[in-house]
Amino acid sequence: MTTQRFLLKGGKVLGADTADLLISNGRIEAMSASITDESATVIDLKGSVVLPGLVDLHTHLREPGREDSETVASASRAGAKGGFTALSAMANTSPVADTAGVVEQVYRLGQEAGLVDVFPIGAVTQGLKGEQLSEIGAMADSVARVRVFSDDGNCVFDPLVMRRALEYIKKFDGVIAQHAQEPRLTVGSQMNEGVVSSKLGLKGWPAIAEEAIIARDVLLADHVQSRLHICHVTTAGGVEIIRWAKARGIQVTAEVTPHHLLLTDDLASSYDPVFKVNPPLRTERDVIALREALADGTIDIVATDHAPHTSETKDCEWAEASFGMIGLETALSIVTKTMVESGLLDWAGVAQRMSTAPASIGRYAHHGQQLVVGAPAHITVINPTKSWVVDRDLVLSKSRNTPYHGYELPGLVTHTFFAGQATMLDSKVIDKAVQ
Amino acid sequence: MRHLLSINDLSATDAIGILDTATELARINDGQVKKLPTLRGRTIVNLFAEDSTRTRISFEAAAKRLSADVINFSAKGSSLSKGESLKDTAQTLQAMGADAVVIRHSASGAAQRLADLEWMSGSVINAGDGTHEHPSQALLDAFTIRKHLGKGASDLKGLRIAIVGDVLHSRVARSNVLLLSMLGADVVLVAPPTLLPVGVENWPATISYDFDSVIPNVDAIMMLRVQQERMSDLFFPNSREYSRYFGLNSERMSVMAKHAIVMHPGPMNRGLEIAADVADSARSVIVEQVTNGVNVRMAILYVLLAGGPLEVGSN
Repeated sequence: MTTQRFLLKGGKVLGADTADLLISNGRIEAMSASITDESATVIDLKGSVVLPGLVDLHTHLREPGREDSETVASASRAGAKGGFTALSAMANTSPVADTAGVVEQVYRLGQEAGLVDVFPIGAVTQGLKGEQLSEIGAMADSVARVRVFSDDGNCVFDPLVMRRALEYIKKFDGVIAQHAQEPRLTVGSQMNEGVVSSKLGLKGWPAIAEEAIIARDVLLADHVQSRLHICHVTTAGGVEIIRWAKARGIQVTAEVTPHHLLLTDDLASSYDPVFKVNPPLRTERDVIALREALADGTIDIVATDHAPHTSETKDCEWAEASFGMIGLETALSIVTKTMVESGLLDWAGVAQRMSTAPASIGRYAHHGQQLVVGAPAHITVINPTKSWVVDRDLVLSKSRNTPYHGYELPGLVTHTFFAGQATMLDSKVIDKAVQ
Repeated sequence: MRHLLSINDLSATDAIGILDTATELARINDGQVKKLPTLRGRTIVNLFAEDSTRTRISFEAAAKRLSADVINFSAKGSSLSKGESLKDTAQTLQAMGADAVVIRHSASGAAQRLADLEWMSGSVINAGDGTHEHPSQALLDAFTIRKHLGKGASDLKGLRIAIVGDVLHSRVARSNVLLLSMLGADVVLVAPPTLLPVGVENWPATISYDFDSVIPNVDAIMMLRVQQERMSDLFFPNSREYSRYFGLNSERMSVMAKHAIVMHPGPMNRGLEIAADVADSARSVIVEQVTNGVNVRMAILYVLLAGGPLEVGSN
């Protein structure tokens, strides 16, 4: 590793006071109103906002198994571009991340790419089948030190399996991240069930299918006194249940995706599968409830659910298409648009929900820390006065299934520092070999 | 108008233009001129990725009576059954120079995808996409209703029409609700609550679970096909119970208004949603719907490919 020093001058830390930051040896070496250092590379950040490096708790990196849609390395580049310094690799790879061997492989690939920390998420059950627990303890004890377990893509539907999993992970302070989807209520479902689905003739995906599982699982988590995390909440009703559970003292956290903060189910009217996602886009009323819940802390974090897919699985009929959209490179801009520009969150609030809280839920010790002298130099810089136009042909992800193609979005992420290394300078990702 | 994907593509004026064109074509046909030269040299592809007999034959007859060249492309035995994507199939048809594609597909929105993605330059006509729409069927139904009940009016104002049965899975119902209401008719949907979609309350139609209370008050009853396999998905307990509440039998037919007609898009399940003696009764216009279907589909092809509706009284 090089020991390049960077002096970040004139940025607003968490959008508040202007300060200079000196980065050296992977840490914030100094931070004050005015620093001079002739050996450092000076970066002028006037007008920009300095945030702790973003942490994504929900990322599909597709490796091993579907390297045609994404690899750990390509997702790492997309992550750096979006201002992330840590990603959480979902377990639904091929083979499934249900053994220590697979999670160690993914972890190692992340280290080799060297642009972000890649924290593998372990499968709750073998093969994501919902029947037998996977090697949860072995994954927790592995080099990857897995703390988050999820069958994401599938719901841990059997209540007994869910209960046992919640109990088992208490041994090492783990958390179960539930994909809340009642399977019998969503057989063949294609989009949110409501006015739009009735007109389009696409099979409905009722909000209750999500809410019923959230309700069951907060009660289970309460009963066994364990940690539950609800992936990608999409409904106003789900928000109400989580609000109730938190008021009761249940250890539940929740995430919302950027796309569920912005997009609604009427986009399906185009039958363009770029808008086909699991869980589905909901209604305007749900979007408003999700934004309010993220603002008041009922929903703890924003997670991307970045889900790359090759073009042939999207360039087809709606019913044939895969579920999912990419989101790493647009996440902070979407949060800027929906939460900051609307006045619902300030930049400290964004840092809490996109860095501190997700790192805390995942027990990612070196991430999500306050920007203070001595802290690891995971830093993201956004210029909120600049806007940019999303072009699916220019994304760094290997897949192009962004729903925002052609959108002009506010907030340009310009710099990312990962453990003191510049992984992006002036919106250009710097690969490890170059560093 | 380039494509016909949904009734939403039409204004009331457009729809009446198609119905009037169909009336003119029927008049010309009755005058023994079975074939018109209008689309000579044009190629129309019937792309049927889902089994269908009557709609495919109807479009084929319509195209041939307008002197178009017709290529039939069915799912069975074709590259579609070998996993070829819709995109590749469309590009193949484009390479062969199709002027229009009539598409039947099991996926809702397939016709719109074909049109929107510019995979081909010709017109796209939706001949039924999944559980979404079947606009040519709605147009032929409106044509049939107008002919019997319209009293010379161009639209359907003041008429009351019941659509009965599996509305949830019916593309015929979706297109008919849009078209009949646009033309001024009052539409009532009659079905068990399980076979009505969530969100149906926003459709331009009223809802009833009680067939018997609706029957005396409507001018036309359109029965929808109910598939036996819906039972296994718990939509209703068994076919006998379905028939008892929602089947059109001769007792129910006897309380219909004197002038009222019975319709069915076919294929029928005789004995399930419709009794055989009702299907074969004097009130039934089911066979005539098939005849009208050819004229209406000729009108659709005419309007899309020959540049607009036919002038009334032309030769």
